[in-house]
Amino acid sequence: MSQPGNKAAIRAEASLLFAAFQAAGAVAVEADLLLPAETLLDLYGEDIRARAYVTTDPLRGEMMLRPDFTVPVVQAHMADGADPARYCYMGEVFRKQEHLGNRASEYLQVGFEVFDRTAPEAADAEVFALFAGLVSGLGLRAVTGDIGILMAAVRGLETTERRRAALLRHIWRPKRFRALLDRFAGRAAVPAGRVALLERLAGGAPDELIAQAGAFIGLRAPEDIAARAQALIEDAQAAPIKAPEAALLYDLLGLQAPAGAALGHLRGITPMLPAIAPAVDRFAHRLEALRARGVAVDTLAFEASLGRTSMEYYDGFVFSFHADGMPAVATGGRYDALTAVLGAGRSIPAVGGIIRPHLVAALKGAI
Amino acid sequence: MLKIGVPSKGRLMEKTFEWFGARGVAMRQTGAEREYSGAVEGIDGVELVMLSAGEIPRELAAGRIHLGVTGSDLVRDKLADWDVQVAELSPLGFGHADLIIAVPSCWIDVDTVDDLDAAAAAFRAVHGFRLRIATKYHRLVREFLTAQGVADYQLVDSQGATEGTVKNLTAEAIADITSSGETLRANHLKILSDSVILQSQAVLFASRGADWTQARGVLERLATQLGLILPRI
Repeated sequence: MSQPGNKAAIRAEASLLFAAFQAAGAVAVEADLLLPAETLLDLYGEDIRARAYVTTDPLRGEMMLRPDFTVPVVQAHMADGADPARYCYMGEVFRKQEHLGNRASEYLQVGFEVFDRTAPEAADAEVFALFAGLVSGLGLRAVTGDIGILMAAVRGLETTERRRAALLRHIWRPKRFRALLDRFAGRAAVPAGRVALLERLAGGAPDELIAQAGAFIGLRAPEDIAARAQALIEDAQAAPIKAPEAALLYDLLGLQAPAGAALGHLRGITPMLPAIAPAVDRFAHRLEALRARGVAVDTLAFEASLGRTSMEYYDGFVFSFHADGMPAVATGGRYDALTAVLGAGRSIPAVGGIIRPHLVAALKGAI
Repeated sequence: MLKIGVPSKGRLMEKTFEWFGARGVAMRQTGAEREYSGAVEGIDGVELVMLSAGEIPRELAAGRIHLGVTGSDLVRDKLADWDVQVAELSPLGFGHADLIIAVPSCWIDVDTVDDLDAAAAAFRAVHGFRLRIATKYHRLVREFLTAQGVADYQLVDSQGATEGTVKNLTAEAIADITSSGETLRANHLKILSDSVILQSQAVLFASRGADWTQARGVLERLATQLGLILPRI
């Protein structure tokens, strides 16, 4: 339980940040505390249940205590927002903690979001520079990344569309992504169970095999089952991803370097992975925009895999600011695809981030 | 006084009584046959508390009982950071069951968790909602599927007759405990070959949160009699 005095000090810190975001041109917006669970579950999947408090409303069904602001702010913008728009917000978010410890389950977030079609890389740099300025003096380490480069590399792989789709679907689940890539690249042996399954599938037409398997039950239709059986057989016959191309992707997954050096490295591998060229160009533009705002890009940390284990919506630039022994003090990134998912047919490039004022206050010794 | 919670009926209760009885601690129901009260003989200072096996994890966590007999599946599912809240004193060698994931036998294309993940992606694309897995073990199943990197599924709560949910079209797959697999086969389901989430059995647990000041002496005598080496509690 937080101390009343602490809460006041944290709110004071939050108010300073909130005022700074408004001074940077953002319109202050509010969001509901109780959000329909369905939208959040659709976006994040079952994992969100482990992280958000779920409650029931007698009329509206399952509701969640706001786990973050991004979804309601994007929804409000897609419903009737100005174009372009800059928003800021300040309020509590709630995160269920599944482990004993001192991580907060209720805390203030202060955030800033930019919806702008004109110059995405300039907007990325604007958000990062704004955040870097607000947390300067706290001794934080900044880390940046770009999930767009990884996605472009996967989209450009010379393999089947099905394999590219499987890898893209698991970008945010690094362990399964790695297992799939190992298999598609022929680095991991086909599991014995899969070999046996393929032998069984080769033993007859799918509808015969389904009939032999006993009573048919369930909503998954025979044609769905037959379609995947066929897909498994086709996949077993597909050639592995070529070793040099796979090696480049493994290299990219592990790339960690100062941003300037990372750009040089990416330029170096682009001739061999031409599909990443537009994403690398965007990375270069972003570094120019950051440099123009006074960010030291030659020492700025870059990790190609940053943001892959967080909420599943960042699809471009990502950043976070860290201190030892606590969660990230500030995080953010680009989420263009999310606006399409929530926009009912419309979309707009968007980038933003949040600061956790209770961590700022702790670092300043105010609590 | 040391309070020990034991399952209040059925095979779990009988097997628990047998286990303690074989070690010189006689437990028995008192009063009318269906009355939930019991007595302990063979050792002083132990009070028997008859409880539903499903409530014993919560009572241990709250420290209202010092010791408790229940399934390791229930403790791991119901208690966050279970090993910080309770300590395992001894497995009891009965109540064996595996928590597994099962799908319809007619899914000829699905044998592993990896297949389930791929089937879930295709199912969501066709049906517009995430593949439903019926279970009462929400925490264990979700942690397992998260660790395995499975997406596009949802858990739906089922507190009983879980094997029937697929036929009734309220779920596409189930996650449940099974010992022989007979109920699964009777309901046209098969177990995914790599889906053993937990191998469970009845375990004697000690509460780390209970007040042990009056009970520690009794616990040490009881442990000697039962032949147990006590962990730090």
